[in-house]
Amino acid sequence: MSTVEIVEVRGKVEKEHPMEKLLRMDRIPHIWCPTCGIGTAVKAFATALEQLEIDYNNVAVVSGIGCTGRVAGYMKLDSFHTTHGRAVPFAVGLAIAKPKMKVVVFSGDGDLISIGGNHFIHTARRNVDITVICVNNFIYAMTGGQVAPTTPILANSSTTPYGTFEYPFNLPLLAASSGAVYVARWTALHVRRLTNAFAEALQKRGFSFVEVIAPCSTLYARRNKLGDGLNLMKFYHDNSIIKHGADPREVDIGFQEKIVVGKFVDIEKPTYLDCLNDGYKRVFGDAYKVYGEEDE
Amino acid sequence: MDSRVINSRATTTGRVGMKFWRRPLDTDKIKIPHGELHIIWERCKGCGFCVEYCPKEVLELSTEFNAKGYHPPVAVKEEECINCGLCEELCPEFAIFPVLKEEPEEAEEVKK
Repeated sequence: MSTVEIVEVRGKVEKEHPMEKLLRMDRIPHIWCPTCGIGTAVKAFATALEQLEIDYNNVAVVSGIGCTGRVAGYMKLDSFHTTHGRAVPFAVGLAIAKPKMKVVVFSGDGDLISIGGNHFIHTARRNVDITVICVNNFIYAMTGGQVAPTTPILANSSTTPYGTFEYPFNLPLLAASSGAVYVARWTALHVRRLTNAFAEALQKRGFSFVEVIAPCSTLYARRNKLGDGLNLMKFYHDNSIIKHGADPREVDIGFQEKIVVGKFVDIEKPTYLDCLNDGYKRVFGDAYKVYGEEDE
Repeated sequence: MDSRVINSRATTTGRVGMKFWRRPLDTDKIKIPHGELHIIWERCKGCGFCVEYCPKEVLELSTEFNAKGYHPPVAVKEEECINCGLCEELCPEFAIFPVLKEEPEEAEEVKK
C-alpha cells in the first residue's frame, strides 16, 4: 500500500520514515512476525550507519538463510543473500577483494554458528576485517522451531518436545577464543547501546562480533509458554545485567536465567591483510607490492 | 544536555522515589523539546513495543483495526512527547517516528 493511500485513510499528512533511504521500500512490510526483534536490530544498524556518516556505497551486507537472512534483501546497500551458512566465506572474499569496503555479515545463530560454524571460527582466527552481527533467537525460526546450537538447556523446541538436554554454545566465548578483536552482546531492548556497539564494530579493524538477543514470539516464546515478544522484552528488561569487560567464560545463557550483556572484548591485533603483507614483505623484500593500499 | 535535565523531567512524572530529588537551578533556561508523532498506520503490526516503552506514556493501542487486522498505536497525549525517539528506535516495522516540533514562542523570541 502506498503512502498516498495512508494519507487518505488517516486524513493526516504522513512524512517519509527517516530510514527509508536505507531500506528497499518495495519489499517493506517485511516478513518478520509481530513482536520479532530482528526489525529492531535492523533499525539500530541503520541508525549506526547514519551516525557514522560513511559512504553507503562502501558498505556491503551479506546474509545467509533464515529469518535474519532476510536482512540483506531489505537493506538498500550492496547486499548478497548467500546459501545456508556461507555468508562468512562470501564476506571474506568481498573483504579481501575490496579492502576499503566495510563488509557486514548480518545473519542468525542457526546460519552462522551451526552450519557456518567452521567458517565463523576460522575467519575469527585469521582476523579478517569484517563485522559479524549474529541475531540470536535461540531457535531455528524460519524452518519451524527446531533445536539450534544456541537453544538453552530445558527449552522446548519442535524437535525436543520434552526440552533439550544439550549444552548450548556460548557465542561471545566462541568468538573471543577464536580470535575476535571486538565482542559485544546486547538484547533487542538495549537499542541505544546496540547502536553504539554496531558503530564501534563497524569502525574496528579486524573481526568484530556483536550478538543480539532477539525475541522470537511465534516459535521460541509460544513453544515455551513465555507469552509473546513483548513479554520477552520485559524479561530482558528485568534480567539483563550490564557487565562490560566480563569474562566471556562466565556469560552462558540458561533457560530464562540472567543474561549478562555488555562489551566483553576490545583489543587491537593485526588483521589478515596486515599479516599477509608482512609475510610476503619478509620473503620478497622490496620486490613485493603491498596489497590493499592503492585506490581501487 | 546533562543528567540534571533528565532528573527535572522525571520529577514531573511523579514516580515514586524521585519526588525528593533536587530541583535543578537552570530549569527556567532549559526548554523541553516537543515532538510530533508520525504513525504509518498500515505498516504497523501492533507489537506494542512503543506503547510499553514510551517514557511519557504518550501512546496507546487503538481499538480500530488496520487493513492487516492489527491495532496500531495512537498518540493519546501527543503534547507530552519529548522527541526522545525511543519508539522509532524500538519499532521493528519502521512505522513510527517523532519529528521535532518548532516551538511558536521560540520563533517569536528569535524575531525580537
